[in-house]
Amino acid sequence: MSSAAEVVHSRTVYGFWVYLMTDCILFGVLFATFVVLHPNTYNKELFSLPFVLAETLILLVSSFTCGFLPGAMRENNRHKALFWFAVTFLLGAAFVTLELTEFTKLVREGNSWQKSGYFSGFFTLVGTHGFHISVGLLWMIVLMAQIGFRGFNDANIKRVDCFRLFWHFLDVVWIFIFTFVYLLEAM
Amino acid sequence: MLGRLTLEALSQDPIETTANVFSLVAAIFIIGLLFYKHRWGWLWKEWLTTLDPKKIGVMYMIVAGAMLFKGIVDALLMRAQQVTAIGDAQGLLDPLHYQQIFTAHGTTMIFFVGMGIIFALMNLMIPLQIGARDVAYPFLNALSFWLFAAGAMLVIISLAIGKFSATGWVAYPPLSGLKYNPGVGVDYWIWSVQIAGVGSLMSGINFFVTIFKMRCPGMTLMKMPIFTWSIIGALVLILFAFPILTATVTMLALDRMLGMHFFTPDFGGNPMMYINLIWAWGHPEVYILILPAFGVFSDVVSTFSRKPLFGYTSMVWAIIAITFLSYIVWLHHFFTMGAGANVNAFFGIMTMIIAVPTGVKVFNWLFTMHKGRISFSTPMLWFLGFAFTFTFGGMAGVLLSIAPVDFQVHNSLFLIAHFHSVIIGGVVFGFFSCFTYIFPKITGFKLNEKLGRYAFYCWFFGFLAAFLPLYLLGLMGATRRLDRYDAGQGWEPLFWVAAFGVVLIACGLGFQILQLLVSVKQRDQNRDTTGDPWDGRTLEWATSSPPPVYNFAIIPDGRARDAFWVHKESIKNGVIPKKPIYEDIHMPKNSPIPMYLGVLAFVFGFALVWHIFWLAGLSFLAILGCTIYRLSDDHPEYTITAKEVEQMEAKR
Repeated sequence: MSSAAEVVHSRTVYGFWVYLMTDCILFGVLFATFVVLHPNTYNKELFSLPFVLAETLILLVSSFTCGFLPGAMRENNRHKALFWFAVTFLLGAAFVTLELTEFTKLVREGNSWQKSGYFSGFFTLVGTHGFHISVGLLWMIVLMAQIGFRGFNDANIKRVDCFRLFWHFLDVVWIFIFTFVYLLEAM
Repeated sequence: MLGRLTLEALSQDPIETTANVFSLVAAIFIIGLLFYKHRWGWLWKEWLTTLDPKKIGVMYMIVAGAMLFKGIVDALLMRAQQVTAIGDAQGLLDPLHYQQIFTAHGTTMIFFVGMGIIFALMNLMIPLQIGARDVAYPFLNALSFWLFAAGAMLVIISLAIGKFSATGWVAYPPLSGLKYNPGVGVDYWIWSVQIAGVGSLMSGINFFVTIFKMRCPGMTLMKMPIFTWSIIGALVLILFAFPILTATVTMLALDRMLGMHFFTPDFGGNPMMYINLIWAWGHPEVYILILPAFGVFSDVVSTFSRKPLFGYTSMVWAIIAITFLSYIVWLHHFFTMGAGANVNAFFGIMTMIIAVPTGVKVFNWLFTMHKGRISFSTPMLWFLGFAFTFTFGGMAGVLLSIAPVDFQVHNSLFLIAHFHSVIIGGVVFGFFSCFTYIFPKITGFKLNEKLGRYAFYCWFFGFLAAFLPLYLLGLMGATRRLDRYDAGQGWEPLFWVAAFGVVLIACGLGFQILQLLVSVKQRDQNRDTTGDPWDGRTLEWATSSPPPVYNFAIIPDGRARDAFWVHKESIKNGVIPKKPIYEDIHMPKNSPIPMYLGVLAFVFGFALVWHIFWLAGLSFLAILGCTIYRLSDDHPEYTITAKEVEQMEAKR
């Protein structure tokens, strides 16, 4: 990278960190609301923990596969990067599918977001995370196209670095969702 | 096909029709003028597609100025109602219309005037003041502006199509819930605030990175001008507070659109949660507005007293203390919630403590003036007006921080008088001061001094007449948002004084418009050829007026506080400046995409207000498309070669 590109890179990644912290506050508000509205109509039998555990593992593995991207970039190996992108994408898509399955099941059982404050909080918190993951999926498609056509130019390296931050951040948020929404309740 | 939108939405009362006809005539006049003068290309190239923060700052000012005009008309209507609707008299407005007007007044003034002028000042001053050529993300900056404009347009369009919210400017549930407000009013409020709010958050990130990553060499944190410091305070608050607003307003929207139960009083929802959350944003918000004004006055007072600022370090710490404390006072907006004596005591004490750093600042300004060679130009007059009104209003605030007192005057006109004292007397006066101060830098000529003074006196005395009676009325028991009262209360004379005050303020605004026109006409007499019309101290005066697109041909040296002043002194002492060696400069290319995104966001918001879901989906897809298109542009910059820079500098 030229020194000018390095300046742009560090500036963008720094700004992206700042953005992630604001997103963190957004999730914080949703968590707080969830906790406040929580004492209403909670029912232990609603969630299947093994199912959620599967979701969690899939997302964690996708973070792991995303971790292979910097290596591929260093080697300037386009195919390797596209491969790991594809794997990450599939895992992310599997996660979203599982989440939607869970949502559908809840709604079918009559536990939609309209039922009570608890479910409003649940669907909004988990759904906002799912929305972020979906944005990540779209982002990956665009990144794969950009890398496929143009390789690892300065702009693309910057984009991939931001994407990795985003993806890992969503993992961290999910850990909190898993703990507070599902795990603590089941105990 | 059109969701809730039917022809009925176009029905209006005479006042609304007048406003709409006025807007339409103004729009036709402007469009006609553009055709007549063949200026469409110029408008497109120089303004609509620009990514230059100096121009974006001016556009912020234009939108905020138009919204200020609208907000003052709202205020006039409210006062006109209050002097005519006594006892059985109906007054000028029906209750529903009156409620819309006070809601629109608050929303307009805070979101579209207050925030607009703050971002205008940031755009105009921050890059210049830190010796930078641009902001960190020029594209994002333009996008923020266009989202802000889209939000403002949603408020305006509600005058013509449908109704605006009638729930007060912070839209408390359950009143703002679906059950009590099934119409489109609250949705207009939600989407205008949401769209503008996302823009504000982006600006917050942008300028935060700009200040932390792009200061000129030598300018360490404790060498920065105080205005820049105060902006850092405001930015930190934006970064922490606006995500709360986004989340809260989203939840309210979900309640209304999908029938959720966040803030409904039944089904396990909790309206008080909303009130906590909205003020957890709302209190930092008022400091987001006032901190930049503090920064402005710090620069103005030291420039016009020709002295370095008294107590620089204490000023910085005062800003930091205010920034921190403003997060932990939000509950004082609703002491009456019944959180208990201990909770109220904590928030009351924090509120009192926040007056301490604010007091430090006031004394620092006064000591800066002490033994200075003060020139009483208009910016300084605004400061003096501020010093009186803000201190006065601030002390009323300390009074309100005592929970038992607050119980008595909660939601009374006393409160209204308090926050107008600090917002008009602080934020608005600060902006006018800065506007006069920075005007020659943007345009290359000074504003007419005489008309500026007239405007100041109208505003100042208008302010006193409009708001001092409200303190008394509040103590007499008049509540806010009152559309009629009994003649036996004896409030009428004071309401007349208040109404007279608003008229005086409107005269002030009239003088300012006149001042602008006269100044443009006489611009050749008031040219600023040096780039330094006020004998300034900070780096924005080190370049020409108006500055070239790249701000500085040579990045200045920021090793001293008041860097430009020190530089001037060294030249007086015979130091000969080095012959400049120019370098290639990279600047962002123009882009129409921010404007497209703004228009699409407006359409998206409008479609959601009226439940036209196909249009909302379509505009959302278009937003994604534009974003992806832009994010695939690997070369958003062009280069001005060293030679071109040399030629441009030679021409100055």
